Amino acid sequence: MVSLFDILGPVMVGPSSSHTAGACRLGLMARAILGGTPERAMIRLHGSFAATGEGHGTHRALVGGLVGIEPDDLRLREAYAEAEAAGLSWSFATVDLGDDAHPNTAVFDLEREGERVHVRGASIGGGRIEVTEIDGFPVALGGDYHTLVVLAHDEPGTIATIAGIFAKDGVNLATMRVDRTGRHKDALMTIEADEPISDRALAEIRAHRWLRWARRIEKIA
Amino acid sequence: MHKSIESLLTDAEETGRTLPEVVLAAEVEESGRSAEEIRERIRRTLAVMRSAIAEGLKGDVRSPSGMTGGRAAKLLADGPRLLGPRVTETLARAISTLEVNAAMGLIVAAPTAGAAGVLPAILVGVGEYLELDDETLVDGMLVAGGVGGVVAHRASIAGAEGGCQAETGTAAAMGAAAVCWLAGGSNRQVATAVALALQGMIGLICDPIGGLVEIPCIYRNASAAMQAIAAAEMALAGLDFPVSADEVIDVMGEVGRKMPVAYRETALGGLAATPSARRLVQIQPSRQPTGISG
Repeated sequence: MVSLFDILGPVMVGPSSSHTAGACRLGLMARAILGGTPERAMIRLHGSFAATGEGHGTHRALVGGLVGIEPDDLRLREAYAEAEAAGLSWSFATVDLGDDAHPNTAVFDLEREGERVHVRGASIGGGRIEVTEIDGFPVALGGDYHTLVVLAHDEPGTIATIAGIFAKDGVNLATMRVDRTGRHKDALMTIEADEPISDRALAEIRAHRWLRWARRIEKIA
Repeated sequence: MHKSIESLLTDAEETGRTLPEVVLAAEVEESGRSAEEIRERIRRTLAVMRSAIAEGLKGDVRSPSGMTGGRAAKLLADGPRLLGPRVTETLARAISTLEVNAAMGLIVAAPTAGAAGVLPAILVGVGEYLELDDETLVDGMLVAGGVGGVVAHRASIAGAEGGCQAETGTAAAMGAAAVCWLAGGSNRQVATAVALALQGMIGLICDPIGGLVEIPCIYRNASAAMQAIAAAEMALAGLDFPVSADEVIDVMGEVGRKMPVAYRETALGGLAATPSARRLVQIQPSRQPTGISG
């Protein structure tokens, strides 16, 4: 839903809400999924991002987001210097993801402290973004909430257990989505919350034997 | 946010609230934030608008492509020849914000970055001419925001979806509503100002050279600012328009949906596809934006 500050804003470093502010937020989101500033980043650009990104500061904005610079921070202009100072080494390539892919799509392969993540997302207009894939799993994340993505063996009680762990922390759930890959196989759950998800809650969820994989993603600017 | 201009007016009439109060009350309810929190955020937004205008008028901003920068200052330095100083100042201010935007400076996307020059130019100008304080300008911005929300709901505010009419057209409608309100217009006159501003922008395509938010965008922002003030002036004088603001907005949406993709921010048609434009984009860009002091 459109809010007043989607119309009277965002306040942002120019020139384009989709190609600059949105690109920056994609970088921030990829960083949040990794859980910190990456040491290495390979970024592939598709469509309009690849074609007109250079003149829109898209590359700078993506790199800036990866080192935690927000869309209204003028340091975005010097993002390459900031990224070097933050110890990030990055490279760009273009990719053709086909006609069905959103024209403003970026694909990230990031690495930090031996951990790797693969993220695909698009800048969908007005600075809003949607991350559509993490490590091969389909998601739909906008970065507006504290999020937990869980792949669990599909058995009764998993949702109730997770909801219970959140409730114990006083974390309010905003949205919850479950996609099942097949009956009694795996279920991919996306849980968006108003409050940050604690280390304790994450550890408790990870301790369950039905858990296959989990990622916590902090809300971004 | 409200889904029609008519519902904004009805809401005001039924509750006895002013238009800015109606928009503010809706935002309080939807966002859960306090009225003061929202007003404070709009004050900060207004401050960014002012500094972007000032930054661009210094004259030394340059975009990475080298296509824009310095024109706002040049227009102001040359002074008015045919128009009154208020008009020339408004044109320069609209261009100024867009030049800062192109040079990766800080702007307010109202409703988008490509149309960021319109609302600040006329708000700041009318604020000066009518000697309005910032709280009154915040009221004007609320009216503008309410109108923009209606357009976003009924039509589109994205050039890729609806062409330039969706961006600078919406900004002109928002600006016309704001300054009509600020100049003491009735709610009905505000609605007429929206209709008058937008009807003059219908059909405008989005055909940026090289796909960049630069040319013709800086000039389109200047002309949209003029359109907005002219619409407010005519509405304030009691001139009417037989088609309602909501209907004009719907027409803008319809035209946008039928607009060929070449004219929707793809740089495949219009000015972007001319030989002159193609020659221009072959020139190697300078890459590093300059002139923003931050």
